[in-house]
Amino acid sequence: METLSLLADGFAVALQPMNLMWALVGVTLGTAIGVLPGLGPALTIALLLPITFSVPATAAFILFAGIYYGAMYGGSTTSILLNTPGESATIITALEGHKMAKKGRAAAALATAAIGSFVAGTIGTLGLTFVAPPLVEFALRFGPADYFSLMVVAFVAVSAVLGSSVLRGLTALSFGILLGLVGIDLQTGQARFTFGLPELLDGINVIVVAVGLFAVGETLYLASRPKTEATVIRLQGRAGMTKEDWRRSWKPWLRGSFLGFPFGALPAGGAEVPTFVSYFLEKKLSKTPEEFGHGAIEGVAGPEAANNASAAGVLVPMLALGLPTSATAAIMLSAFQSYGINPGPLLLQSQPELVWGLIASLYVGNVMLLLLNLPLAGLWAKILTIPSPWLYGGILVFATIGTYGISQSWVDLVLLYLIGAIGYLMRRFDFPAAPAVIGMILGPFAEQEFRRAMTISAGDLTTFVTRPLSLTLLIIAMLLLVTPLILRARKSA
Amino acid sequence: MDRIRKPEALLALGVIALGLLALYETTRIPVSPMYAQVGPTLVAYVASALLIGLGIALLVQSWRGEWTSAPEETEVRLDSRALGWLLLGLVLNIGLIGPLGFIPASVLLFACTARAFGSTRPARDALIGFVFSATAYFGFAQLLGINIGAGLLEGWI
Repeated sequence: METLSLLADGFAVALQPMNLMWALVGVTLGTAIGVLPGLGPALTIALLLPITFSVPATAAFILFAGIYYGAMYGGSTTSILLNTPGESATIITALEGHKMAKKGRAAAALATAAIGSFVAGTIGTLGLTFVAPPLVEFALRFGPADYFSLMVVAFVAVSAVLGSSVLRGLTALSFGILLGLVGIDLQTGQARFTFGLPELLDGINVIVVAVGLFAVGETLYLASRPKTEATVIRLQGRAGMTKEDWRRSWKPWLRGSFLGFPFGALPAGGAEVPTFVSYFLEKKLSKTPEEFGHGAIEGVAGPEAANNASAAGVLVPMLALGLPTSATAAIMLSAFQSYGINPGPLLLQSQPELVWGLIASLYVGNVMLLLLNLPLAGLWAKILTIPSPWLYGGILVFATIGTYGISQSWVDLVLLYLIGAIGYLMRRFDFPAAPAVIGMILGPFAEQEFRRAMTISAGDLTTFVTRPLSLTLLIIAMLLLVTPLILRARKSA
Repeated sequence: MDRIRKPEALLALGVIALGLLALYETTRIPVSPMYAQVGPTLVAYVASALLIGLGIALLVQSWRGEWTSAPEETEVRLDSRALGWLLLGLVLNIGLIGPLGFIPASVLLFACTARAFGSTRPARDALIGFVFSATAYFGFAQLLGINIGAGLLEGWI
């Protein structure tokens, strides 16, 4: 088993004291920002991107992965105690977990969410460990045309399949691709969309876009709406479960994990669908389906596990193919660029220490998160009591630091607030933000592969449909785009 | 006539306008005589065309009443006073971060944002904003090794 020996090497990296420290910082920070409503891992990792200039790549990615996993744990605390889902994937937890909390069962809901997240995170990481290497073997045969078509699948999947409207998803994607074009075209040296501003020649920084959309846009949106003081349910003591809770939870954890992982690993990623599927599956299998909707523990355990397992699944295409299927993964991908590391199937071979160290640290991080979240649940719940005036004031100050730090230019700040205004409109009119971020980061890669393919084929466009793999991928993309439209037409007919 | 006034239609027009602007800018990208199978403009044209096409489709959707926002969006009144405070904070921040430095500009931004979110004690907010920005400046920025505008205050501390 070559994988196991590589994983052992990875643990040797992850267990170095400095890397353990980075993992601990990551999971702690991740849990905290996951708890805070309005902050997510994508924004946090974007704000921390400058760290790539001062620490080694392995440390930075261990930190980012810790934030990514930690935010999943923290998010469930908010859903259960505050009934505000931080993201679409935690809607179910908010539904069922909050009902449990209202009945005085907050401790059990938090415990089943945390332990379920641990089980799912570990199973998902195991999946990543054993799925990624064979996928890489397969992907090494990809030519530029196949790669381009694969990116088309990812584009369509993240914008058309997820979210409430195909049109709005694709609009967000196109906007992102446009943002990614700004700056000097590396192949021909021509400036594109710079409006004569020298500040734009290097392109728009990922930090500006992520912080603009996720922090400034969100703050503007919340400020424009009536302020209601949400009531936080107080948690007495620590999170814990009775024997009965354990008996009812363990099967949903496992089912949720095996549901969530493949959904995340497919380019049609996204944790929303598996959490819903898991919820209805548990309801169907339950002997007491009437409890669902009134605080059934299975309805928290299953979806929470599905959510976490799919988060681990997203890392499979990210590490094995260089293909991000969530905003957070896209921002991590841009961190590879700032180290001059080429993401893609060669990553596992060229950077084994980084990749396996990262994977090993996910196992370690999961254990840390379980230890952090069970006894300290009450402490995390306290974060929820930060008054919103200070919370959003703080978010904007951090947004300024992250942006102004790039080049000390007020042009970046103007750009940040402009993108923030667009983020506000996107939030108000229900445009998803993830396709915009993915389009911006993946767009230039897709353009590059397109050009390579065209150079190889001497300008013959048919290369995309004569290569069997590329053709298959393009057909999948077509189906992903057309099927929802047909289903909708049928429904209304 | 009533339908076209809906905010959704305006947004769709905005998307079309963005696409047209992108299209105009694309025509101004000089195509170098250097040999390349795919020049710098192809993807730019595709993205512009997509935006224009999608904008038109969105406009049609809103015209037909197929795209409506959830009632929780349409029935609440826009809190323009809060937005005003927030915008004031952002504009002050852009204007003052250069001449005054990061911390004073951040204190103003923090206080204005707090005001936008319903706080009524500006002096207390400013104090908290000061502690927060100073911590952020000396902790976060120095740790990450990023250089944010040092004004008089930062140099003096």
